[in-house]
Parts: sequence; structure tokens; C-alpha cells
Amino acid sequence: MAIKVLIPTPLQKFTNNEATVECDAGSVVALMDTLEGHFPGIKARLCDDQGELRRFVNFYVNSEDIRFLDGKETPLKDGDEVSIVPAVAGG
Amino acid sequence: MTQAIDKPQTLSTATSLGPTFSALRCRECGETYELGAKHVCEDVCFGPLEVVYDYDLIRQRVSRASIEAGPKSIWRYKDFLPVATDTPIDVGTGMTPLLKTNRLARRLGLKSLYIKNDAVNMPTLSFKDRVVSVALTRAQELGFTTVSCASTGNLANSTAAIAAHAGLDCCVFIPSDLEAGKVLGTLIYNPTLMAVRGNYDQVNRLCSEVANTQGWGFVNINLRPYYSEGSKTLGYEVAEQLGWQLPDHIVAPLASGSLFSKIHKGFQEFIKTGLVEDKAVRFSGAQAEGCSPISQAFKEGRDFVTPVKPNTIAKSIAIGNPADGIYALDIARKTNGNIEDVTDAEIIDGMKLLAETEGIFTETAGGTTIAVLKKLVEAGKINPDETTVAYITGNGLKTQEAVQGYIGEPLTIDPKLESFERALERARTLERLDWQQTSV
Repeated sequence: MAIKVLIPTPLQKFTNNEATVECDAGSVVALMDTLEGHFPGIKARLCDDQGELRRFVNFYVNSEDIRFLDGKETPLKDGDEVSIVPAVAGG
Repeated sequence: MTQAIDKPQTLSTATSLGPTFSALRCRECGETYELGAKHVCEDVCFGPLEVVYDYDLIRQRVSRASIEAGPKSIWRYKDFLPVATDTPIDVGTGMTPLLKTNRLARRLGLKSLYIKNDAVNMPTLSFKDRVVSVALTRAQELGFTTVSCASTGNLANSTAAIAAHAGLDCCVFIPSDLEAGKVLGTLIYNPTLMAVRGNYDQVNRLCSEVANTQGWGFVNINLRPYYSEGSKTLGYEVAEQLGWQLPDHIVAPLASGSLFSKIHKGFQEFIKTGLVEDKAVRFSGAQAEGCSPISQAFKEGRDFVTPVKPNTIAKSIAIGNPADGIYALDIARKTNGNIEDVTDAEIIDGMKLLAETEGIFTETAGGTTIAVLKKLVEAGKINPDETTVAYITGNGLKTQEAVQGYIGEPLTIDPKLESFERALERARTLERLDWQQTSV
């Protein structure tokens, strides 16, 4: 089992229009490099020049916002689901 | 996998004068995009997209007189809004009363306090009718036949109602613990209503994923650049109703932060197009203590907003992960305003205070605004001489649960004069005791 990553529509151009991809990584920050290895160019959309996650993108691990976990260092294990969601206005 | 929400722009009913807007632009990095159903800067930084206007054209086209001759709705400001048609969806939204308060102002010690009363906005009694009227008009222009939203209640009411009026299919998503009035006030319009077991932020996340797979127009997701512009009309109307001038200070509730920043934008646009004189307006924001991520960031001097998990009766503003929070922070700071939060008990007191002094029954968000207004006055953060406008954005009949048990009970009597007189005497005694207690 690998980690399941839900890709938002604007980034599916990098993933051959796939909405879900599977890969292996030990943490959210490591996942960025893994994704970049598979889909060149995707990391620059998710991280700024300093490698920090962009502030208008939200990351969830098993439905929990990573800012309630360990941020970009949040560990990942097989079977986890990572969801990448652009910020949304309220409601 | 079903593909994508982007649709070609189909401006079926172009205005005779042509639109005043031409593109979408990233608020963060400036990258521009064609006008479509797109809300984030997908080629660079994921920042929010905003509509680009030709202000020279607006300035040539618009005057105080032309606006005053327009419809008695938000569409009198159509040249400032991102719709191309000459026949937008007009359900009488906007031009709500700007009430100069007497009793509330006296109670608070302010000389010039106004209430912008969107508790009586049409058709669904909240400011959301403004943003939805714009979003659904634009949705039709972009060729959508189904509209949707993630909502804390008011937006669900409004989207379902105006979609019904426009003949659009509608599917809305709400947290499953909303007040009964907001659920019923959505169902009556016969949309598909999804009550999600989770808080608003979880509903939002789900909707982002749904928006990826369904070809629907989500008013606050892929239509967000157009939708959010509707809130600017709360700025325009106050300026016009004050006799074409800006107030000194405004106080408004903060949920995602969008309303706050769009009122600011509305004032700036009126200055830019010469409709009002330039003037510094202070912007103060109101949050519930149980969901106060922007207020916490303001008090701690941070320029980023850390999300929280909401726990407050003010459900309509319970957004723990506010998308426009950083912009609200920036506006409050640069205008020398404040952001404050209040407890649920203070929110109820705020609702009662507004009702008892001005005859306006607002929902919890309005109670939050009034309670924060009071707190800021008591802290000396609002000058008594300032012309201050408090924005009341929703109606109390939708959140009756919030005040039940805090506002007394009716006096049940027999249909006899004696029974009435006995009850009246008892009520007067209780009132006297209550008065004596508060005086002590």
C-alpha cells in the first residue's frame, strides 16, 4: 500500500489529468520531492522559492489540516490519504 | 474521472456599452488569466484571483446622477460588478436601510452611529443575497446550469432561493449541526441539500473535491472572483446613503475576511472614480472568541493566520481557516482599526442590545458585531465623534436557538381583566427588582 494523494484540478495538467496518484514518502515535505520526481514542475506550484508550502494551499492528511498536526513535517505512512486543496472563501 | 470545471466564456447577452472588466489577475503575484470559472492562480502561486476592471471606462460612464437613476438594488452599481449582461438576476437585493441610531448611540456614548441593516436584505435576509445575485448572473453567462456552494447557512439560503428564481439546478452543502431555521430556509426552495457530518472547514474541503469532479458552478469556489465582488455594494451603498461621503469608522463581522476586504475595496473604487472625496476610513473587525483566528493573529502581531477549530454559537461566522484572513489583518492595521473578539454570552447580549434599542433582530453574527462595537467603545478605541457604521449582515429569525432561554417568557393569562392586572403588577415588580439589581 502506498500513500494516496488527491490532486486538485489546476494541478492535474501535471499528472496526466489523473485526480488521484499513489506514491511513497515519509512526510509531507518529502512527498513534495516524490511528487516532483514523478511529475516535474508540480513542486513549484505547491512550494515557494524557499521550499515552504504556499500559504494559499491547504494540505490534509486523512482529512486533518496539517497545521493541526506537525505542519510540513507531518509523518506519512502507507494507506494515508493526502488531500491538496486551494483555499476557499467563506460561507 | 470527470473533467474539469473550466468552461469557455459565453457572453450571450453583451451589454450595449460593453463590459467594464477584462481579465482575472492573481492578487499575490499579478499573473493574469482569461475570464472563466477559475479562482486560483494555477500557473504560479495558487493565490486568489480578482477581476480586473477598466476604471477609466467606469469613470467615464458613471456619475452620482447615473447611479441615483438606476434600479433600487445592487444593480445600480452594475458598472462596478463583473457581469456583462444588461439583464442581471434582480431579485431586489441591496439598498437596505442605513439607520441612524439614537438609543443605541446614546447607550454606547457615540454621537453618530449608523446601522447598515442587511438583516432585511432580499430575498433571504442576509448580505449573501448580494454575492449570490452576482455569482449566479455570472454563472449563467459562463454557461452553467447547476450551481452549488459550501455554506454556514446564509449562503445556502441565498443560493437555493436565487437559483430557484433563475431556474438553475442547485446542490448545496452545509455542516449537519446548523440552526433549524437555516436548514428549513434552504429546503423550502427544493435544492439538493447535503448536510455534512463535520464543521464548515470540512464542508469546504469536500466541496473543493466535488468541484474537481462535477461541472458545477460553485459560487464560493470556481466562481469566487465574481461572487466576492458582490460584497463591494455594502461599501457603495453606505457611501451613497451618507450623502456621497465615506464614514470615519466601520465595524463588520469577520468570517473568511472577504466581506471586510470588499467593503474596503468598494470605498477605494468610489474614491478612484471620483464619486466620493478621498478620506481615511478605519476598519474594525468582529469575531466570536470561540472562532477567532484573525483576532488572535491581530493581537499577537502576526501577519499569518493559524487555523482553529470553531466552537461558538455564531455559526455563520465560524470559519476556522479563513481564506482572506491575511487581507483583513492588513486592512485593519493600515487603517488604524482593530480586530476584537467576544464570548458567546456577550454575543447574546449584543443581539438583545440591538433589538431593545433599535428594533432590529439580528442573528449571532450581528450580535458579535454589536458586542465588539461596545467593547471597542469601552476600550476607547472608537472616538465618540467619529461617524461609525456597524454592518448587520443577517436576521435573527434564522438563529432563534441562540437566544432561547435568555429573553424571558410570555406572561400566560386568562381572558379576564383581573388576570391581566395581576400579571402586569407582577411584571412591573420583577422589572423593578431587576432594575434595582442592576443599579446595585
